[in-house]
Amino acid sequence: MGLDFSQINFGFILGGVLVTLEFTVLSTIFGFILGTLLSIIKISKFAPLRWFGIAYTSVFRGTPLLVQVSLAYWAVPQLTGYDIPALQAGIITFSLNSAAYVSEVIRAGILAVPAGQRDAALSLGVPYGKMMRDIILPQAVKNILPALVNESVALLKDSSLVSVITANDLMRRAEITMSNTYRYFEPLILIAAIYYVIVIFLSWIGSRLERRLRQSD
Amino acid sequence: MIKVEHLHKSFGKLEVLSDVSLEIAKGEVVALIGPSGSGKSTLLRCLNLLEVPTSGHVYIDGVDITVKGTNVLKIRENLGMVFQHFHLFPHKTVMENMIYAPTKVKGVDKETAKREAMDLLRQVGLEDKANSYPETLSGGQKQRAAIARALAMKPEAMLFDEPTSALDPEMVKEVLQVIQGLAHTGITMVIVTHEMGFARNVADKICFLDHGQLLEVSTPDVFFSNPKTERAKEFLSKVL
Ligand SMILES: Nc1ncnc2c1ncn2[C@@H]1O[C@H](COP(=O)(O)OP(=O)(O)OP(=O)(O)O)[C@@H](O)[C@H]1O
Ligand SMILES: [Mg+2]
Repeated sequence: MGLDFSQINFGFILGGVLVTLEFTVLSTIFGFILGTLLSIIKISKFAPLRWFGIAYTSVFRGTPLLVQVSLAYWAVPQLTGYDIPALQAGIITFSLNSAAYVSEVIRAGILAVPAGQRDAALSLGVPYGKMMRDIILPQAVKNILPALVNESVALLKDSSLVSVITANDLMRRAEITMSNTYRYFEPLILIAAIYYVIVIFLSWIGSRLERRLRQSD
Repeated sequence: MIKVEHLHKSFGKLEVLSDVSLEIAKGEVVALIGPSGSGKSTLLRCLNLLEVPTSGHVYIDGVDITVKGTNVLKIRENLGMVFQHFHLFPHKTVMENMIYAPTKVKGVDKETAKREAMDLLRQVGLEDKANSYPETLSGGQKQRAAIARALAMKPEAMLFDEPTSALDPEMVKEVLQVIQGLAHTGITMVIVTHEMGFARNVADKICFLDHGQLLEVSTPDVFFSNPKTERAKEFLSKVL
């Protein structure tokens, strides 16, 4: 049995690229912002905040992403009556989940910034918040950029999970095509290739950014 | 302007400063000397609360800064600090290093801050390095930039923690000259140093610290020619 792409609706499948990208980009951004806040909570001097940070990370890392996303999509409407759109449920879950991973990476990045940077900023009368934002985090992020790009790549690949909650991403469009045409290899190999191209593209952006930042020292 | 009373500082079980009392008048230049590990850096860092004293009091211009609720940030603005390893912000140019705190902490407008920074850079001989990143500077240049950065906040006093200890010998002089130049401007200075010749030249007062105790406070002439304690004699015989 040969390959036959003639029954595949390319336009329909390619339309999933936008959904998948929207999902990945938004989850990366929100995950980064939340993860940064969470990392600061984790190095706080105030113990209850620290405990919250540790518990949060533990829960999100200790339960399957598929279960989390299903909870957001099916359990939230049951509890609140709010009929949450699939993409929204997915982005919220992935952002919260990514924050748990990213916060560990950022925390390590912050701790790797030499203590003297903190001393220098504080001795100039710089308040803690501004010191973190302007002095510590820029240096931390620069060191962990490769890990952050990896996280974004992982989010992209895991995004195929949102197909189970009926978000119209690449994976779901491939599934719909399969059930309509009874052809499996063609749509799957097509979306595999698309995922791969996007991953390569993300990595390329990451390495350019890194080079850019390197130049500034 | 700085007064220290019965200051104690412990890290866990280790007592690093024990019952240190000291008074520094406005415009005075004090050299803090003593063996490695005697607590010099810790004492200096207690003056701007980079370390929190375990007990005792530190008064800056009559205000007890060890009392809970003092505006630590305001106090620090007024006490410039220079470190052994410079600690310039590596992701900012020299100019950006200089104007960051004045603009973001004091609210000075950018143009004024830049103009004042340029004057200071000229004063330390770095006017051509304003747009360079710290990485491209020599050790001596880095330290002069760090001094200028601290001065940009127009502090009433400067705290130096071994400003020349990380420098190659040929760069020590250019940094000491800058500090010596400051001594004549009437700014109060506390300098931790291992440069005995420099301490003797520039200081009004020598403080000798050993095992966390302030054993001697005297004029350079007295201290270097006629130290009172055995500890100081022993120390001097090693370093001179
Ligand atoms: N943050 C800290 N935690 C634990 N111990 C510390 C800390 N900072 C300093 N110490 C200890 O306190 C003692 C005094 O240290 P300090 O740095 O004040 O000495 P110093 O006189 O500046 O020495 P040096 O000439 O080597 O710089 C040392 O035994 C040091 O190990
Ligand atoms: Mg020291």
